[in-house]
Parts: sequence; structure tokens; C-alpha cells
Amino acid sequence: MGAQKKSATARVSEDQEELARNPLQAILLADSFATTFRPITLERPKVLLPLVNIPMIDYTLAWLESAGVEEVFVFCCAHSKQVIDYLESSRWSSQPNFSVTTIESHNSISAGDALRLIYERNVIHGDFVLISGDTVSNMSLTQVLQEHKERRKKDANAIMTMVVKKSKPSPITQQSRLGTDELFMAINPVTKQLLCYEDKAEHSKGFISLDKTLIADNPSIILHNDKQDCYIDVCSQEVLSLFTDNFDYQHLRRHFVKGLLVDDIMGYKIFTHEIHSSYAARIDNFRSYDTISKDIIQRWTYPFVPDILCGSSAIKVERQGTYRASDVTLSRSAHIGSFTFIGQGTKIGNDTKISHSVVGEGCTIGSNVTIEGSYIWNNVTIEDGCQLRHAIVCDGVIMKSGAVLQPGVILSFKVVVGQQFVVPAYSKVSLLQQPTQQDSDEELEYADNTSGTGELRYKLNGDIAADLSETAYELGTGGVGYIWSVFEGAQDEEWKHSVAPIPKDKLVKLMLDKDEDEEQLTQDGNVLSASGELKADSDDNGSEDDDNADSRDDYGFFEKEVEATFLRAVHENVKVDHAVLEVNALRLSYNMASVDCAGAIFYSMMKLAVESPHHSASELHRNAADIITKWVKLLKSFLHDIDEEIEVILKFEEMCLESAKEFAALFPQVLHLLYDKEILQEDAILRWADEKEGADESDKVFLKSSEKFVQWLKEAEEEDEDD
Amino acid sequence: MPDTQALVNDFISKLKKRKIEGSQATAKQTAELLRSVISQTRVPYTNQAAALIQSVKAVGERLIAANPVELAVGNVVRRVLHIIREEDLSLTTAAMAGLNLSAVSDDEDDADRDNQPVLSAAAIAAASRSTLRPPSLQTLLEDVPDSAAIPHTSSSGGDSEGKSKSADKSSRSRKLKHDVIEAVNELIQDISTCHEQIAEQAVEHIHQNEVILTLGSSRTVLEFLCAAKEKKRSFRVFVSEGAPRYQGHLLAKELVMRGLQTTLITDSAVFAMISRVNMVIVGAHAVMANGGVIAPVGLNMVALAAQKHAVPFVVLAGSHKLCPLYPHHPEVLLNELRSPSELLDFGEFSDCLDFGSGIGAPLLHVVNPTFDYVQPKLVSLFITDTGGHNPSYIGEMYRLFVVSACGEGMNFKSEIMRTNCIAEGNFVKSSIRMRGINFFGKLEDRKSQFFCGCGEM
Repeated sequence: MGAQKKSATARVSEDQEELARNPLQAILLADSFATTFRPITLERPKVLLPLVNIPMIDYTLAWLESAGVEEVFVFCCAHSKQVIDYLESSRWSSQPNFSVTTIESHNSISAGDALRLIYERNVIHGDFVLISGDTVSNMSLTQVLQEHKERRKKDANAIMTMVVKKSKPSPITQQSRLGTDELFMAINPVTKQLLCYEDKAEHSKGFISLDKTLIADNPSIILHNDKQDCYIDVCSQEVLSLFTDNFDYQHLRRHFVKGLLVDDIMGYKIFTHEIHSSYAARIDNFRSYDTISKDIIQRWTYPFVPDILCGSSAIKVERQGTYRASDVTLSRSAHIGSFTFIGQGTKIGNDTKISHSVVGEGCTIGSNVTIEGSYIWNNVTIEDGCQLRHAIVCDGVIMKSGAVLQPGVILSFKVVVGQQFVVPAYSKVSLLQQPTQQDSDEELEYADNTSGTGELRYKLNGDIAADLSETAYELGTGGVGYIWSVFEGAQDEEWKHSVAPIPKDKLVKLMLDKDEDEEQLTQDGNVLSASGELKADSDDNGSEDDDNADSRDDYGFFEKEVEATFLRAVHENVKVDHAVLEVNALRLSYNMASVDCAGAIFYSMMKLAVESPHHSASELHRNAADIITKWVKLLKSFLHDIDEEIEVILKFEEMCLESAKEFAALFPQVLHLLYDKEILQEDAILRWADEKEGADESDKVFLKSSEKFVQWLKEAEEEDEDD
Repeated sequence: MPDTQALVNDFISKLKKRKIEGSQATAKQTAELLRSVISQTRVPYTNQAAALIQSVKAVGERLIAANPVELAVGNVVRRVLHIIREEDLSLTTAAMAGLNLSAVSDDEDDADRDNQPVLSAAAIAAASRSTLRPPSLQTLLEDVPDSAAIPHTSSSGGDSEGKSKSADKSSRSRKLKHDVIEAVNELIQDISTCHEQIAEQAVEHIHQNEVILTLGSSRTVLEFLCAAKEKKRSFRVFVSEGAPRYQGHLLAKELVMRGLQTTLITDSAVFAMISRVNMVIVGAHAVMANGGVIAPVGLNMVALAAQKHAVPFVVLAGSHKLCPLYPHHPEVLLNELRSPSELLDFGEFSDCLDFGSGIGAPLLHVVNPTFDYVQPKLVSLFITDTGGHNPSYIGEMYRLFVVSACGEGMNFKSEIMRTNCIAEGNFVKSSIRMRGINFFGKLEDRKSQFFCGCGEM
């Protein structure tokens, strides 16, 4: 069971001719190391799931073969036996000039582990194509390989070329048509170097941060949000050794690519290659399964389309993009709509309507059935009057008459849906029980030994009724299978990645949210001017350019944030310590000095005092005194030296002049209060008075009004000295 | 054998992936492949023709299945099968006529005789067909006992040089293969020179100061026009660009390089320009038995425009493009839908193809057919390597010039049955008609399955 265990099929061919001419090699990861396709992937590996009736891996291999790859190493982990068996029995095992070698592992839990294992095997001798077994493409590799090689000659650090394709994300849902999150890439338009890769950008904030040095180093950068990552990479050998060196790299993108981009010590570079006329996409979730199936049916992947790929059975494309195998039994009154695939040996009854769907081989579909946008795999029985909308139905499922599948339903292998039963939207139904333990962060496609499931399934086959009698009612009378419950939190997200289109009400809701966001953005627009979106996260020396207009805008924004924080602290009775922490966090994220914090906090306090109800100046004074007394600690934690205290006084002065004129009369009193509370030291006040001495008359208003107080302070000082 | 097998597989995968462009290249490569299949086939002592036919047929069926839309493959396979039968027949007749003196002669002599055997032998064969049943055909179904009966000699195949000409029969076995390979070589030669043969006729058709319109790019058309140019004809060419692949641009470039006055127009301008045109000359993908043409997309429109303005519509086609099949529903069944990316940029339209919102079904359909079917009545003239022909004459022509006698092998599956059931010397006319009906009937079957479903029939 160890990783070192050499599988029987893993032949390490080290022919002498390889030394002369390196054949193009590819590593195909036949495991997605994710759970997005559960519960289906509990029983069958993802790469063997049919995509328009052909296993996904066949698309990948067919493409690799036609692109001139000569040696493919298929890395199998989950259900490795099934993958190996399939490959051995398929045509790929006997292709001339195209060798498919499987590498088996039972304990790899990520792409990183897989690549480390392949590195140990020492089978890769040059540049290779790294791809996962669920990728569909028809691009030509010639150009990207050539670009990669040329760059390598010039710069040995250019170790990877990533294939990208233009694809606009939806403006409403912020996700691509493949159901993945909106992806931000910063690319140097001249060299095509990838500078930033951000797939989990926080849209709520509406900005992403770029390292300032990037802008310094590159004369121009284009920031794209309409590029789709095709997950096809041309890599140099170093990539494998990098994975081995950095044993914590797990995910190809999240860890490896981002790791290389952030860590500039080694100086490795990643480049991009954009494809225009050809197609490439990876099936990542049910939404992309749906989208890519439709793309294949619409022939974007030509020549990798079903009628050409399935050599044996004659499949013909008819008008409206209907694919029909030669021996389909179709009732005269059945209506087959456009963009539908019907596999061999399928029987379809009277008045049945099928549109935008894929129906596999050997299915029996009764009368008056409605099938819309669904994927029905092989040997499925659908009895009369069933309705299926945007569902995936795996092999061997039986739907008794009148059963209904609402949008987004996944029926795993051999499930039986009872009569008239309505399977609720987005439910996942399987004969296997939902695994109780939840691997929270690193999700695995069932990585255990395959024999386990084999036995389990055997048992299920043997005695389904007895075994599942207790849960049978879950799927109506005569139904067999468990409806998996959706984990808390994921419920809201379910619609995002399902095969079903996003429901209207969700879209409307998103649209409204979006509008609000936008309003907020426009409100902030004046604060968030030119530099707002692209903020350089420079080091701690932010105060150096306090004077320029940009940072003043920033300051305004910061001030608002502080005020909001403070108000929340007041209303929700947040502890002072927590409030200090929060303000500190704001200070760091806005790159402000503590002087600004002190000013901002004081400003918020005074504003609160003004805004709380009062009828006379004395009442206002009392308000201010209350607030100051209560939050003295907060303010004090940002007043470390005299400069900051002076800043507070200046701020107060400014307020009295502008936003809170009510305080103008109270200026000396408040000053006294601050002195009493030991917020301001007498030095600070005296220094302030000294500074103001030289200013214009108009500026001296408050100095004059507080003359007495200053005088008193001075005298007190003198007295002290006298003592 | 494994060598040929690899070649066959390679060719099939190329056909499947649509990596071979152009029917001439396809035809030539098919013929070359079949030649190597023939040369590598081990012929048994007797009944060699059957063995050859069988191996060619086996490969041929796979080739046709690999890309059913590329009709040139099937055409060449049929031609090769026909060659094998002809050669076998001529040899048998020669043997039966008791011309033993020539049969035992040297291989060098055979080569000399190769120039005329087809005609003479065919003539003799025709005369003796009713009475003679060549052993090859007689034993097609039971060739095993025959070859088992005479286990010794010459199983090593015909191309072994060192064999002494021991007996009359063993030399015949070598001779058959030799003859067949010679004839296939001729076929390959024919295919590769068909441009020149067609181009030779150019001056007869293109006259001084004419305006010629063509669409897309065809090598035959290019050679044809250039041949006329070389003969000092001065004329102008309108090239329609041929969306969505715009191969007309390449043709225009090539024509200009050769010094022809060229005007490039869009496909949509064809109707506007046609009144100024004296003749439309286009290439074809395949010519069907009824004279209909499978041609690059857009040509039907050109043909209709030409008809409207009474402009002659001339189709150039090498004989490898002549197909003995009748088109049935050719717009769909003999068509191929290519990738929509030739029409529009995926990236720009990706938001129109988002299935995540709306009804979950694409609202944008992009259809990119490769071929058009041009009805025979729209074609004024076919120019093939054997001369110019009227469309209604195409079926006859195929019989007369391409498969000069009984053209067997239209329908591979029933081939063996039919050679036994249908009398050898079928009258040619009826044979072609029957084949047509046969094929049609087959299509009808398929159609009924397609459209009505078996259960309902």
C-alpha cells in the first residue's frame, strides 16, 4: 500500500533513443483531489465519468495524442484500479507512438503529493505537459512549446507556461461560466509573465492588492478578470523538484503558483499563453460539467466531438445539433429537441420530450417523460410520466412512474426513485451513506483502498431491499437510496456549482446586492479616487507622504472606518481592549500612523457627543465629558508622545471651526477636561500655545479663548519649578 | 504485416482527427496505403485475388468508417478492388485461353505486357464471362479448403525475388500481385497528375478577356487558371473569399504571384458581381452518381446566382472524386459540422454562452457546415481528367472511364454475397442502377431508424 509500491503497469522505459531526442511527455492527474463530484466519485473516479457519453479521460488522452505528446504518465489515486483497468482495456494501451503508463498511489492526497511521487520515479526527462484528467481541449501545443523553449533558452528561471483563455465572468454572480470564482491575473503584456494570480479575490472590498515592486519592475501591467485558467501547463523539470523541495505545496494553483509568485528569492517565473481560436477548459464542478458538455455538443471542441471520437458506433449529427446513434428506438410522437445526444440502444416512448440533454446507452425511457437539460448516463430506466430538469442521473438508476427530479438533483449509481416521488432541488442521492466525518479543509476524493467500495457495492447489489429498508421511505414507495444532507453553510452555495441554471430569484437578489454595493462604491468614490483600486502595500513608512492629496483621501476613508468602529463599540458595548485592537487593525490595513488614529478617534468621540441629544452648552459639555471618561483608555492607547497630543488639539480646533461649531464656545472647558483626564499633558498644551502664538489672528481664536487656562498652566508650571 | 498495420492505424487516426486536408492528398495516401497492404498480403497458392480483395476490403472498411464524409477514401478503395478483379480476370482468361507461352514468360516480359493487358484481357473476359467462372470468385467463400488442399509452395508471397519459376501457376500468383501493384501505381500516378490532365483542357474553356469567378481555394482550379494563363490567354479572375475559412485569400495571393489579374470579393457580393462574370469555375469535394456535387460551403449560393444569370457553372473534379453513390439527404448525412470558433471568437462571446443563468440552455447557436450540396441541374459542365461531361452523363462516365467494366464493390458488406449471387457479367447499366438502388435502400433503412424508430416500423 506504500507510495513506493510499483504497480505492474508502471514501466519505466529508459530507451537509449530518448537520450537522443526527448519525446514530449505529459503527466495526467487522474484524480482531482477534491470532493466536488461526490457522491458520484465515491463509486467511480471522476476521470471515468461520461462527458457526452465518453469518459472524460478519453478527451484528454485524445487531445494529448493529437497534440504530439508521445508518453503520458497517468497518475491514479482514488479508485486507481478502475482507472488502470479502463486504460488497459481501452484503445490507449495499444497506440503506436503514444504510450500510456499508469502510476498508482494510495496515499497521495493532493496534486503536490502526486508530483513528488513522480519526481521520485525519475521518469520525466525534459519539458512536460501537466494536465488533469478532466480537461477538454483541442489546442495545438506547438506554439506554446516553442514559446516555452525559447524563453527557457533566454532565462532558465522561466519554468512554467500556463495556458489561459478569454472568458468573461458573469457580472452578477462574479463567477465564470465554468462555475469557478472570478479570477484575477496580472500579466505583463509584453513578456506575458504572470505577476499575480488571485482566484479568491474579495469582491466585497472591491479591490485587490498588488505588490508595489511589481509596478516598479514592470513598465506595464494588465490586470485581467476575463481570463479563464485552462489548467494546462507546460512545465520544465524544475517544477517537480520544486514540489519536492517545498513539501508543503499541495494545490497546484493555491500553493505552487502563488508560492512562486510571492516568493521571489528563487526568481522562478511563470508565463502565460493565451489561446484564441482553440478551446480548453477543465471540469471542476457540476456547473462546468454542464457547460462543457454543452460546448462539446455545440462542437467548440472539434474534432473532439462525439460523432468523431466514438469510432465504433455510428453517431450522426442532424440538424439543430441532435446527435443520434444508429440504433435508437424512437417513438414517432417523441420529440427530440435541439442539442441533444441519444446513445446506442436507447428506447424512447410516446410523447416524450427531450431537449438540451444527454441520454446514454441502453436507456429505457417511457411515455410522457419530460427531460430538460439533464445528463442521463447508461442503462437508466425512466418510467412513464417522469419529469427531469437539470439533473444528473448515473448508471443503472430506476425512476418509477411519475417521479420528478427538481433542478440540480444528482442521482448516483443504481438509485431507485419511488412512484410519484419528488426529489427536492439540489439534493444528492446515493446508495452509499453520507460519510459522517468531514475533512474540513483539505477535501479528498475518496482516497481509500478501492476494494472497500467494491465490497460495499456488492453487498448493496446482493440485498438492497433488506439493507436499505429503513431508509427506503426517503425516496418514496419502492425507492432505494439516501438523500445526502447538505452541510450548514454550504446550503446557500449549492446553486452556484449545480448543473441547474441559477434560479431567477437568486439572480435578482444578487443584482440588488450588487446595486447596493455599487452605490456604496460610488459614495466612497470621492474618497477612493485614482489610486483607490490599486493600492500599493508599501512598508511601514506610510506617514512620509501624508501631505499629498492621495493619502489625504485615504485618511478621510480611514477616518470614516474608525468612526464606524467607534460607534459600533459604543452601541454594542465592546470592551475597550477590543476596540483598541480593531482600530489598530484598521491602522495597519490603511497604513496610518498612530497619530492619525488618535485624531480620528477623538474626532469620532466629539462627533458622537455633538450628535447625542443636548439642549444647552452645558449639556453638551456633560455629554463630551461622559464619552471621554468612558473611552479615555482607547484614546490614550494611541497617544504615545507629545506630537500626537498636539495633533488631538489641532484636530479639535479644526472641528470647532468646521464640523462641530457647537464646541467652539466650549473649547477651553473641553481642553481642561482633557487635561484633567490626563489625556493631554501640560507640555502638549503649552507647546500648542507656543506654536499658535506666531499664527494669524484668525487662527488664534481658540488660543485666546483658552488663554486663561494656558495662563493657569504656565503659572502652575512655574510654581512647580519654584518648589 | 505489423508494419502495414501500424501504417493503417496511423492513417486512420489521421483521418479521424481530420488532419488530412483535401481529397487529392487523401486519395493519394489511401492508394499508397492500399498498395503497401497489397504488397504485404501473403497470397495463398490459389485464389490470390480473393485474399487480396479480402485484405483490401478489411482495411478499406476501416478507412471509410474513420471519416465517412471523406468520400475519396471509399472511391479509391473501390478502384483498387476493381483493379484486383480486372487483373485477376485478365490473367484467368489468358490462362484459360491456353496462352501458356506467355504465362511462363519472364517477369520482365510481364512488365512490357502490362501496357495492354487490361483492354485485351477485358475484351476476352467479356466474351468468356458467361461461360467462365474464375476460380477466385468461385471459391470466395470457401478459400480455406482450397488453400489447404495444396499446402506446398509459394505461401511466402509474390514479391520474393529468388523464386524459380517452377510452375505455371506459381508464376501466375506472383504475377497477379505484381500486376495489381503496377496498376495501383498507375492509379496513384493518375491521382497525382489529375490536375495537369484537367488543366490541359483549360484553353478549350477559357477565352480571351473573360471574367472567371471562383470561390474558396482549390488546387485544381488554380492549376486550371494558370494553364490558361500560360497559353497566353488574358482573362480576369474574381475570387470569392470563402468564409469562414477564407481560403480564397490564399488563392488570390497565389494567382497574383502567377501574374493573373485578380479581384477579391466577399461571398455576399457574389450575386452583385455575377452579371459581369462569363464563367464560374470551382473545385469539388466529391461528385455523386447523379451528378450532384458535394462542394465547399457557399457554392450552392454561387450556383444559384449563376443559374439566375445564365452563367455557365463548371466543376473541376479529378476522377478520384467521382463517387458511385447516390446522395441521400446530403446536406446532413454527407456533411460535417466544424468548430464554431472559425466563425467567432469564443472569448468575446463567452458571456452569451453562459448556461448558468437564464433557462440553462444556449440561446446562441453557431452552425458551421463544411459542405454544400449543389444539385445536378445547376451544374453546366464537369471537367475531369478524361474530358468535359454533362452532369447527366456522370454516372455513365464513371462506368466508362473510371471503372471500365463491372464495377463491383460499392457495397462492401454484401460484396461476397453479391459476387456469388449476381452473375459475373452483369450488364453494366443495370449493375450501376441496381447499386444505386441498393445503396438508396440501405440509406432508407437507416433513415427509417433515424426518423421513425424501429418500434414503429
